[in-house]
Formats: sequence, C-alpha cells, structure tokens
Amino acid sequence: MTGSPPDSSPSPLSEWREGIAELAPAMIAAMPLALLYGAIAASKGLSPFAVALSSGLVFAGGAQLAAIEMWTSPVPVAAIVLSTLLINARYVLMAASLAPKVAHMPLWARLLGFHVLADENWALAERRAAMRRLTLPYFLRAGAVFWLNWVAFSWAGAILGPIIGDPRRFGADFAFTAIFIGLVASFVTTRRHIAVVVASAAAATLTHWTLGSPWHVLAGAFAGMGMAVLVWVPAPEAAP
Amino acid sequence: MSLDVTTLLAILGMALATYACRLTGLLVGARLALAGRAKAALDAIPPAVLTAVIAPTLFATGWPETLAGAVTILAALRLPLLGVIATGVAAIVALRLLAG
Repeated sequence: MTGSPPDSSPSPLSEWREGIAELAPAMIAAMPLALLYGAIAASKGLSPFAVALSSGLVFAGGAQLAAIEMWTSPVPVAAIVLSTLLINARYVLMAASLAPKVAHMPLWARLLGFHVLADENWALAERRAAMRRLTLPYFLRAGAVFWLNWVAFSWAGAILGPIIGDPRRFGADFAFTAIFIGLVASFVTTRRHIAVVVASAAAATLTHWTLGSPWHVLAGAFAGMGMAVLVWVPAPEAAP
Repeated sequence: MSLDVTTLLAILGMALATYACRLTGLLVGARLALAGRAKAALDAIPPAVLTAVIAPTLFATGWPETLAGAVTILAALRLPLLGVIATGVAAIVALRLLAG
C-alpha cells in the first residue's frame, strides 16, 4: 500500500500468533465461565443449540450470565433485553475509545471485529494500541478465535452441565473476577490510575447497594472518568 | 435443534441490544479527536469499566470473595495473567470451603 507509514510491517502470521498468545490466558479463563453459562442455561431448559446461538450472536459474557439468571417461564423478554442493554452500555464507551485505533482498517473488518469485541480482547487491544499500530490479523482473526472459544465451550457446558454438576463448586465464576483484576492491574501504571480505580470501585459498590445491578457498571465507569478529569495535569513537554 | 419463538426472540433482542452498543461506539469514536482532560477521561475508560463490573463481587458478596479478591490483587502485582487467574480460583475454592 502506498502512503502507509514506513513501519517494520510485521507478517500477518506473526501478528495472528501474538494475538492468540496474548489472548490465551483470557481464553482459558473464559472456558469455565462458558461452561457455567451453558450448564445454567441447560438447567433452565435451553437446548445446546440455543445456548451456542446465544453465545455466537450476543457474545457478552456478563450480560449472558445475568440474562440466564433472569430466565424463567414464561421468558421475560423485555426485562432481559433491557438488562442486556444496560450491562453492555459500557461497550459504547469501550468501542468509542478503540475506534480511532482501528480507523485504518476496512469497514467490513471493523464491523465484524467489533462484534467479537469482549472485555478481555478489547483491554488487550487497547494496551497494544498504546505501544504499536493494531493490525487486522491481530484484531480480527485473534478475536474470531476468542469468539469461537466462547461459543464452543458454552455449547459444551449445555451438554456436560447435567453430568458435572454446579461449576461454581470449582470456583469457575471467580475466574471472571480474577481475569478482570489482572487486566485492571495492567492498566494501572501511575497514582492517577489508582485514583480512577478507587473512584470506580467505590461508586460501583455504592450504586450496587442502592440502585442495584446493572446500574453499577455505568456509575463506576463515569466516576472513574470523572476522577481522571479531576486529577489530570498537563504533560510538561506538551505545555505551550 | 429445538428452539421456541420466545427463546429466539430473547436471543435476537439481546444480540441487537449488544451490537447496537458496539456499533454506536464505533461510529461515535471514529470522529473523536480529543486532547487534555477529555482524552484523560477517555483513557480512564478501560480500568474504570473493568473495575466497575467486578466491584460488587469483591465488596458486596461475602468475606470469601473480598479476601480472595485481595489475594488476587496481590498476585496481579507480580504474576502473569494466567497465574493471577489460577491464584484467584484456588483462593476462592479454599475460602468458600472454610466459610462452609
């Protein structure tokens, strides 16, 4: 391509491999969570096909687990869709933050890539974008593998669920919390970041107590952003 | 391959709601060119969102979750991601056993 910056253009294969390698811990952590989702869904009467379909089309672990907890007969469709919208409202912010970093990719790749965008691969893409240019094999192909992993293991959970019993016994639900802690730690490099995390945690916990789920996600997100604005100082070299 | 209409409706509704969020961000964000405080706010989104999602689990569920969270945070300061997950899961299983 003419006009592209003269960077040491990495090979598609190495970019893909790096994407998979960086995502591997997240994929391993997603396995018990997907099994948990599939098992609970099966116990609520969803067929393995319906479970795989929901994982493939929705692809949002937190919202799916919340929806399956709300799943009764008859299915409260409106409440489930509203809950999904609120829990996933954070994707507006997340996608807005990542969008400029993938603006050089073709539209189809961005449309597909943002469908397979979950918390984990988004966080890793943000971290990588801070250091180097995001490439299509890293962003889209590795994301597709992450997606396939989630779909396959939630399908397996629906089939194996009745056999293995409650996956919570094995701490499967806490794998989600642990990976988020690890991802947050990778973003916290200054004292200002610690202030952001503390503000978010405090606001989210308070809101969870008062308004309940899923409002805490938005409250924490905005409290953290507000704190970042409060503690912001101009970079010395950027001062005019 | 059994799938009743209500189940399909719920799944499609969830899928639409989720993709609408992702698409809105993609369309809005591509037009953003921020600096200063606005950029600081945008840069704070990753840690702020991730923290908010798990805060109730850590601080409003029970002492085993809070304690396992503390252990996991310590692990996150020195271990790679997979080690952090293993530590967290091992801690929660042990502490829940203790809690009975």
